[in-house]
Amino acid sequence: MSHSPLLDVCGLSVSFADNEVVHGIDFSIAANERVALVGESGSGKTVSALSLLRLVANAKLGGQARFNGQDLLTMPERELRAVRGRDIAMIFQEPMTALNPLMTVGDQIAEVLTLKTGLAKAQAAQKVIDLLAETGISDAARRVNAFPHQLSGGQRQRAMIAMALACQPRLLLADEPTTALDVSLRGQILDLLVRLQQSHGMAVLLITHDLNLVRRFADRIIVMENGHVVEQGRTAEVFAKPQHPYTQRLIASKPVRDVVEFVGLADDGDVRLKSDLQSDTQEPILPVMVAKGLRVVYPTPLAGVRGWFKHGEFVAVQGATFEVMPGQTFGIMGESGSGKSTLALAALGLLPFQGALHLGGKVWSASARRNTALRRQVQVVFQDPFSSLSPRMTVEEIVGEGLGVHESELTLSQRRQRVVTALLDVGLGTADDAAMAQTLQRYPHEFSGGQRQRLAIARALIIKPGLLVLDEPTSALDVTVQKQVLQLLQHLQRERSLSYLLITHDVDVIRAMAHSVLVMKDGAVVESGPVHQVLMQPQHEYTRILVSVAG
Amino acid sequence: MFDLTKPPANSLSPGRRAWLRFKRNRLGYWSLVTFCLLVGLSLVAELISNDRPLLVRYQGETYFPMVKDYSEKTFGGDFDTSTDYLDPFIRERLRQSGNWALFAPNPYGSKTLNYFAKAPNPSPPTRDNWLGTDDRGRDLLAQLIYGFRVSVLFALALTFTGTVLGIVTGAIQGFFGGKTDLAFQRFIEIWGAMPELYLLIIFSAVFSPSLALLLILLSLFGWMGLSDYVRAEFLRNRQLDYVRAARSLGVSNWLIIRRHLLPNSMTPVVTFLPFRMSGAILALTSLDFLGLGVPPGTPSLGELLSQGKNNIDAWWISLATFAVLVVTLLLLTFMGDALRDALDPRKADAA
Repeated sequence: MSHSPLLDVCGLSVSFADNEVVHGIDFSIAANERVALVGESGSGKTVSALSLLRLVANAKLGGQARFNGQDLLTMPERELRAVRGRDIAMIFQEPMTALNPLMTVGDQIAEVLTLKTGLAKAQAAQKVIDLLAETGISDAARRVNAFPHQLSGGQRQRAMIAMALACQPRLLLADEPTTALDVSLRGQILDLLVRLQQSHGMAVLLITHDLNLVRRFADRIIVMENGHVVEQGRTAEVFAKPQHPYTQRLIASKPVRDVVEFVGLADDGDVRLKSDLQSDTQEPILPVMVAKGLRVVYPTPLAGVRGWFKHGEFVAVQGATFEVMPGQTFGIMGESGSGKSTLALAALGLLPFQGALHLGGKVWSASARRNTALRRQVQVVFQDPFSSLSPRMTVEEIVGEGLGVHESELTLSQRRQRVVTALLDVGLGTADDAAMAQTLQRYPHEFSGGQRQRLAIARALIIKPGLLVLDEPTSALDVTVQKQVLQLLQHLQRERSLSYLLITHDVDVIRAMAHSVLVMKDGAVVESGPVHQVLMQPQHEYTRILVSVAG
Repeated sequence: MFDLTKPPANSLSPGRRAWLRFKRNRLGYWSLVTFCLLVGLSLVAELISNDRPLLVRYQGETYFPMVKDYSEKTFGGDFDTSTDYLDPFIRERLRQSGNWALFAPNPYGSKTLNYFAKAPNPSPPTRDNWLGTDDRGRDLLAQLIYGFRVSVLFALALTFTGTVLGIVTGAIQGFFGGKTDLAFQRFIEIWGAMPELYLLIIFSAVFSPSLALLLILLSLFGWMGLSDYVRAEFLRNRQLDYVRAARSLGVSNWLIIRRHLLPNSMTPVVTFLPFRMSGAILALTSLDFLGLGVPPGTPSLGELLSQGKNNIDAWWISLATFAVLVVTLLLLTFMGDALRDALDPRKADAA
């Protein structure tokens, strides 16, 4: 760039108390440019962007951020307030909490207009409708009077964007604008941002961890790790030839398929290993789980007097039919609210359901006592590694809990030995006895997200189940950690011929892990079949959208 | 990458970390130390304030009046009644050559009436009665020491029963949810609507007043607030993934409650303990003030306050009692504040 940049950040550092989280970063944004700030959680990318507007509470800022020749970091608060919203606008991750729930969307946008541009009320009202229409909200004249909760997630984010654009800012800071949205909406919002960026001629700084978005969106990319900028450059160049090892890891973090492939997946469920093809055994392999017409409903309150005596029904899962074969991964794919997690809980026998569900010929019983034997066969790993481990139990207690139920005859030292083996199996700890003994006495808060997820896997596998239900096992993890956890799962499956019931919204994870897949939308099964067939030749429109967004 | 080889600097349980955070709050920590010290001292009040000597040496023999009754004749008196060691005649005998008596620092018990007082009751502070006497001639300092002990022990007992009842009922509602929860909640609404004070008045008229009766009556109504908090914690925690994981491991309900839910639901319980204590002390004091509390003759702060009201010119009664109450409640409040900060989940990570 020959002319001076719109924003020139020089040696920006941010510290909380005595703890520096951003260590003197430099970058610049030219006018009319789309820049992506990429990094994993904790890399300091959001804090860096927020501190440009001095919106981080209790932070000590250092360095310079020259916007239009003025230093944003030392400018008096009064002047900065004028810059916020007028010259630099911001959109946030979660539109539900960024909008005031007690004001209509129109009033909130009009407030910005009257405050910043001094428009009269009537003019502002008309401008609001234009803005909303521009962001693609249909029937904008009616929607201005809607409260945030009356809009859908995508519409709320569009309203947020309309608000940010109200004063024609020259720089838009977009903090994970699509993360809280469903996959199928992400592309639309991104396209909208591109269109508006071009028509308004503003610069956009997109903060994200999603490389797919960056590839589609940004001219330039800035990669952050642990509060340092490790690499920046033109998007195409960085993706083609990443220089820094971290960038290389980040770009290579797309999960890789490394599972035992099966052939002959016929309708009759007769499955054979590739290597078994020669041995011409006719004995059919039985599925570990068979679901037929599975239906799960939640009671919902009815309005009025009727609600005193009976409940309404919300159908979370409707007529799901599938089979999970031994040693294979059965993927269930869908967006939030599609009923896939409910299906997982039903498969675990933790929710009442209708329809048939056989686990190796057995069924869940209403009495918890009679289920004990079956519990040993089916285990679970949940999504959030922070809520899936009790914060007040040690590693040994957490991982060894299943042994207390299913192998209560073990002595204390046998039990400890089993816990140590299970931890080693999931790649936690070392063979060093002293260090291991200390690991056993540690509490979950001392472990990172990926390590916690490994603990959860160890807890599930210690009682040697045949089927593991994986409910979004990696979606709360950073991409590089996600890849490691998936590799571990693939490794365990090969080694122990485990079956997985994998529930996820992430097409990449399905592509890497699953043998067969079932796509859900609003509780109903949209499509199912072998993974290559569903992902390569999706029959249903919805599947096509999911696959195309994932790139 | 998964570096578990380096020994953890401090592998502290969450409870232990909360304790360290509590300790770092100096006001709260020293309040706890002072309060424990005061309670400890009041538990051995007999050694501090007693109308009987701890040890008597009389004519070559050793007596233990603190634990044993001796007739006045033992010490050369005329009557076969228990010795009044405040009697100048007995004092005189005990001071004769070779005899000695070891008195407590404050030579009055909780019920001692000094028949040999030099000033009319209530008497202002003198050398004999450091804080003066009340309107019946009892030593005020002794009254305060024993009254404090009764209040604190009563508050501890009430807090204990209230907390246990609250946890049990809250746990049942929260864990089982559904119809159990619904029925129990309606019961609590009805139970909570009962006029507590009227019931107390009625019962104290029907039965002879006693600490046990008070404890039962106050416990019957004191558990509901805590029960709601425990219920809410259980409702929140039971749908967390670690409870689901335990269920899918086949862990029994009882074990899930004990091992997973209870330890993770104790934050409101612990946070409220000091405030419940001060509430209980205040409740006992106000009931005593109204004359609905402890039976007559029991040392009680509330009864002293009402004496102070009736003898408004005897400033030492109301002032001293007021000071004891304020200090006690302040200490508890400081402890409660520190505890609340220590257990605040938003501050937990800052440690």
